[in-house]
Amino acid sequence: MGSREEILARLRAARPAPRELPEARRFGNPAADLRARFAQAVQDAGGRCVRIGGLDSLPAALEELAPYREAHRVASLVPGVTRANVRLEDVVDPHDLRDVDFAVVPGELGIAENGAVWITDRGMRHRVLPWIAQHVALVVADDRLVNDMHEAYECLDVGTGFGCFVSGPSKTADIEQALVIGAHGPRSATVFLVG
Amino acid sequence: MSAHAERATLFLLDQPRSAWHDQAVWWVRQKRDRAASALPEWEELRDQASRIKAHALSRLADYLEQFERNAVRLGARVHWARDADEHNRIVHDILAERGVTRLVKSKSMLTEECHLNPYLMSRGIEVVDTDLGERIVQLAKEPPSHIVMPAIHKKKEEIGELFHDKLGTPQGLADPQQLTEAARAHLREKFLAAQAGLTGVNFAIAETGGFVVCTNEGNADLGASLPALHVACMGVEKIVPRAKDLGVFLRLLARSATGQAVTAYSSHFHGPKPGGELHIVIVDNGRSRLLGRDEFRRSLQCIRCGACMNTCPVYRRSGGHSYGVTVPGPIGSVLAPSVDAAKHAGLPFASSLCGSCTDVCPVKIDLHHQLLAWRAELARNGLAPRWKRIGAKAGGFVLRSTLLYRVAGWLARRLVPLLPRALVYSRLNAWGRGRELPEMPRRSFRAEWRRRGKP
Repeated sequence: MGSREEILARLRAARPAPRELPEARRFGNPAADLRARFAQAVQDAGGRCVRIGGLDSLPAALEELAPYREAHRVASLVPGVTRANVRLEDVVDPHDLRDVDFAVVPGELGIAENGAVWITDRGMRHRVLPWIAQHVALVVADDRLVNDMHEAYECLDVGTGFGCFVSGPSKTADIEQALVIGAHGPRSATVFLVG
Repeated sequence: MSAHAERATLFLLDQPRSAWHDQAVWWVRQKRDRAASALPEWEELRDQASRIKAHALSRLADYLEQFERNAVRLGARVHWARDADEHNRIVHDILAERGVTRLVKSKSMLTEECHLNPYLMSRGIEVVDTDLGERIVQLAKEPPSHIVMPAIHKKKEEIGELFHDKLGTPQGLADPQQLTEAARAHLREKFLAAQAGLTGVNFAIAETGGFVVCTNEGNADLGASLPALHVACMGVEKIVPRAKDLGVFLRLLARSATGQAVTAYSSHFHGPKPGGELHIVIVDNGRSRLLGRDEFRRSLQCIRCGACMNTCPVYRRSGGHSYGVTVPGPIGSVLAPSVDAAKHAGLPFASSLCGSCTDVCPVKIDLHHQLLAWRAELARNGLAPRWKRIGAKAGGFVLRSTLLYRVAGWLARRLVPLLPRALVYSRLNAWGRGRELPEMPRRSFRAEWRRRGKP
């Protein structure tokens, strides 16, 4: 008998009495002001939330950020970013993204309770982009905010490709519990809330 | 003395250090409390999480088959390992067949449990742990002392010295920010040079065939997404039935672990990246045995948040290394004896049974009941420490007889105050080593009750 069959047989032999699967449902109450709650949660996660009126204000809003102004290489998956100079469609090997200073990535959904933004690798070409870049900006429409994780999973189809809830920049507290931003991935995360 | 007690004694020799450790871990517990109390629905979430896990365990084989079917449909390769040896062999074969000599790993307690690193390293593969805490203990040639904060036992000055020695940072550098920056530069090189990335699995979703990996540093994503090859290792118990169930677990996990609302990254992997390969290794290694035990089954619900460690008065004061196992603390003391009861017989006794672990567990594992159940089982099999066996026997003998109990009480009330201190606080009185016994009452509770007249 192979390992697979043996393990499955062992698990079946050890199987406890049936237990019902509880119905999936939401818990808790929605926030009164989703946008304010979201902005606060992004800040709590070590990020910054900037509200802009429309996508055409994005280039000017980006200019306000020092890491963007000082970036040599900018990769953007959002059209219209003036300083974008990395043609992602020409990058064959993801290792060639090693010196990207700033990445602009669209988010599909924002979660008010924890400031997380759902991103996927659709159209991203190399899914390592939001981690290999030194700084990252996420762009989310403000009518795409949900209250909590329960609602997020109701709205999303997570079952294909790669997706990630990104909440703030990369961080660690592994040395004496001191919070340090920028462990391996982005040193800053700015979320632009559009609308 | 048990091996745990001996190592704990050594840890406690350095009083300021053990007090510092206690405070550092307690601080995390307090952050967890703030996060939990901010959600009025916290108890409902715990209940839901526990019920989902209990259900998944009752249909584990079916869900694993469903998970495998879906994962394969998405293009992943699925492997099955009965035990640690087979797991290590499978991972090595995958790497060796593709000529991989440089592997980056994100945190996986399962691979620690299987001792994968030494296995691969002795076969010529460079293995780099990339979680900062794990890299610190790897460079120090130590095991992790905590499952969420592997280097919580180390002071920043010690890490500075270690980095000076291994990474060439300036001598005396002890600033966490600068040390992290040095590790970032060092590990970037490792990420860029790696030919394969290995991750653990926090949750595997039966209905979709994908899995979720949670990190704060982003190391799992760099490791899984830069090289073409991604190997993910999971215990059979990691299954959740539906993607929606993750809403419950991701709300509980980070809040319980560090007090964050969610980890910085909760990555959902479904199939390999374009042009890449994804291998999933599903491991039993004793878990099916636990599944068959009514009193210990619920320990398989664990989501490895570490909350039970942070709250445990014994863990906080004795340090993670005193347990001598991959997963320390209350949950580790429940899991370890199921793998090797004789070797880890001391661990279920490394608890005051205060029940705080059970109170904070996000999936409602009845940890202190399980610790007690292990004590009974170890005693039945002759594995309980000798003095505890004798003490329990004597106690049982006295408590079974009303007459003996009254006589013993009468004697104790009169004799103990007369005995010399050296005798009362002799080596046999472990309780009295750091504490004063309460003063002996003048009369028994029964006598007092009668004297005052029953209400």
